[in-house]
Amino acid sequence: MNASRTDELDSAAGPTRSFNFGDLVRRRPETITLLLLVAICTSVAIANPAFLQPSTLIDIGRASVVMGLFALGVFIILAAGGIDVSFTAIAAFAMYSMTVLVQNYLPNLPIAAVIVMATLGGAALGIVNGLLVHHLKVPSLIVTIGTQYLFRGFLLSFIGTVWIMSLPPQMGAFGRMPLFQIEADNGALITLPFYFLVLPVAAGLTWWILNRTLMGRAIFAVGGNADIASRLGYSLRTVHVFLFGYAGALAGLAGIIHVCANRQANPFDLVGTEINVIAAVVLGGARITGGTGTVLGTILGVLLIVVINSVLVMVGIPSTWQRLVVGSFILLAAAFFVTRQRRK
Amino acid sequence: MQKPGGQLTMLLVINSALLVAGALISGGSFLSVFNLQSMASQVPEIGLLAIGVMLAMCAGNGGIDLSGIALANLSGVLSAVIVSSFLSTADSGTAFSLAFIAGALVIGLAGGVINGLLISRLNITPILCTLGTQMAFMGLAVVVSGGKAVMVGSPALLSGIGNDMIAEVPISFLIFVLAASVVAALVKFTPFGLWLMLMGTNPKAAVYAGFPKNGVIVATYAMSGVLSGIAGIIVAARNVNVKFDYGSSYLLIAILIAVMAGVKPEGGYGRVVCVVLSAIALQLMSSLLNFSGLSNFVRDFAWGALLLTFLAIGRYDIAGFLSPDRRSQNPSVPVPQAPK
Repeated sequence: MNASRTDELDSAAGPTRSFNFGDLVRRRPETITLLLLVAICTSVAIANPAFLQPSTLIDIGRASVVMGLFALGVFIILAAGGIDVSFTAIAAFAMYSMTVLVQNYLPNLPIAAVIVMATLGGAALGIVNGLLVHHLKVPSLIVTIGTQYLFRGFLLSFIGTVWIMSLPPQMGAFGRMPLFQIEADNGALITLPFYFLVLPVAAGLTWWILNRTLMGRAIFAVGGNADIASRLGYSLRTVHVFLFGYAGALAGLAGIIHVCANRQANPFDLVGTEINVIAAVVLGGARITGGTGTVLGTILGVLLIVVINSVLVMVGIPSTWQRLVVGSFILLAAAFFVTRQRRK
Repeated sequence: MQKPGGQLTMLLVINSALLVAGALISGGSFLSVFNLQSMASQVPEIGLLAIGVMLAMCAGNGGIDLSGIALANLSGVLSAVIVSSFLSTADSGTAFSLAFIAGALVIGLAGGVINGLLISRLNITPILCTLGTQMAFMGLAVVVSGGKAVMVGSPALLSGIGNDMIAEVPISFLIFVLAASVVAALVKFTPFGLWLMLMGTNPKAAVYAGFPKNGVIVATYAMSGVLSGIAGIIVAARNVNVKFDYGSSYLLIAILIAVMAGVKPEGGYGRVVCVVLSAIALQLMSSLLNFSGLSNFVRDFAWGALLLTFLAIGRYDIAGFLSPDRRSQNPSVPVPQAPK
């Protein structure tokens, strides 16, 4: 069974260039990301030792949770050769409607149920995406642009536009729940919140799905060459629905965590950050045409973007340079990946 | 390969229907000269960007231009910063305007050529390349302007472009129509246009047929860049100030317009006149929703629904069912998951 599955995969991947070179240098893309990250961190630490304080590191960890969850969803779709820009709208939809629901109708709902419901809601919207992408047979970029407008427009026109400043108590409490606390030099208490754990768990789950299940094989096969994958008997419909559903679930989860962490629910939040997330995934070594990439690389890409966004100021580079730096990194990474492909 | 005018007819019908609906809802004031003028002056910015997206999509191979609005803002901001360093609006209004316009066009062209070179020479996927340049262009605009709005002022020539009319038609709209006609003529009557469409239909065959592939790609993105530059000028003329984050929603709306116009995302087909009509339809619809007192958010919702509807129409050939004589000529080719 196992052997035949491997054969099947090899024949699926064989004819495409992307998979061969992926086999050759599978581990290299995220090595580059790691080197870049280490280089930036080292130079920042030398220029400004304050960077290595636990408070900065915890800030970075905290800032990467929501983006990391988004990035995992984008990555798994990218691995299958698609792209998603509607995840921020899904997150905003899930977080805001869930907050409204809890506040007005179910004030005693335990936080675990809130999180599960937001995740399921996100998954449902994601499945809508998946079905549309599969049946309309147009690039998923365009479908998800449409659904982004659809979801966000629906949220803002029919659910509400009011900024909710005081959350239901159980959600606020979840945002404050500490994983551990450190006393800083100046006596301030620095907290690594409990919700930080969600990111490693989600990353582990994504890794497991991609590397240890038949669905993971199917995703990479579809990303390598959708035509051949479908002729080999992978159901494209199942793969698409699963992919977008999973990404939607992660987005819903990220949305509810965003609300709890910020202790307010702003329906205008999140939408507009999708380009940053896609940039993070691409910097993590996933090719935008699909079939490659790793969870580790994605997380490294997210850390890279978060670090760039939060530490440029510490080394005296004005914050106005952030976008230019990130944009140049994307182009450099893209050019690097392409030349590597040619060398093969 | 030329698709008959099904899409064109449909867009004309939609436009007329929207006008009639507007007239009915507003009791005629929707069709007043003032309202028509104000709508016409809002179309050019987004319409120009949509034509740029169309060109990139036609080139095929996953072509798309995400850097349009960022480049438009960069043209405005950078040109304003450079020109105002040696000319002042107050002293020499005309010279300032001309220098500003020239600057914006050159910057737009340069940005487009950079896109084209990165895509054709380095073989970077268009979506990834323009994603990177989008950030870089926007970042550069932030750097040169310090993140603040840059004052362009309203010298006579510029403010004329933004606000004046010729024969009751806003000048900016005339510029838009002129630019669209030039692009349409280039696509329709020159070898470039033929190469572009054939390359989009089958890139591999185009290479073996000896098309100047790199040249066509660079020219395509350069044209898209120049259109962004023109959009940047119109933005500056209409708003007095230019800022790096103007029109952040335009990125997606431009793609929406192109798809509504029946441009094939996988390449090889697109008509400028349809893009123009679809931009106008979008503007009519958004004004109509404003007239009926609905919020902008309902408009977003309607746009999303509209885009998906148009995709479904293209997919299932509903337009073909409505006009049976065209039915056989417009097969919807199932495209297996283009790498996007």
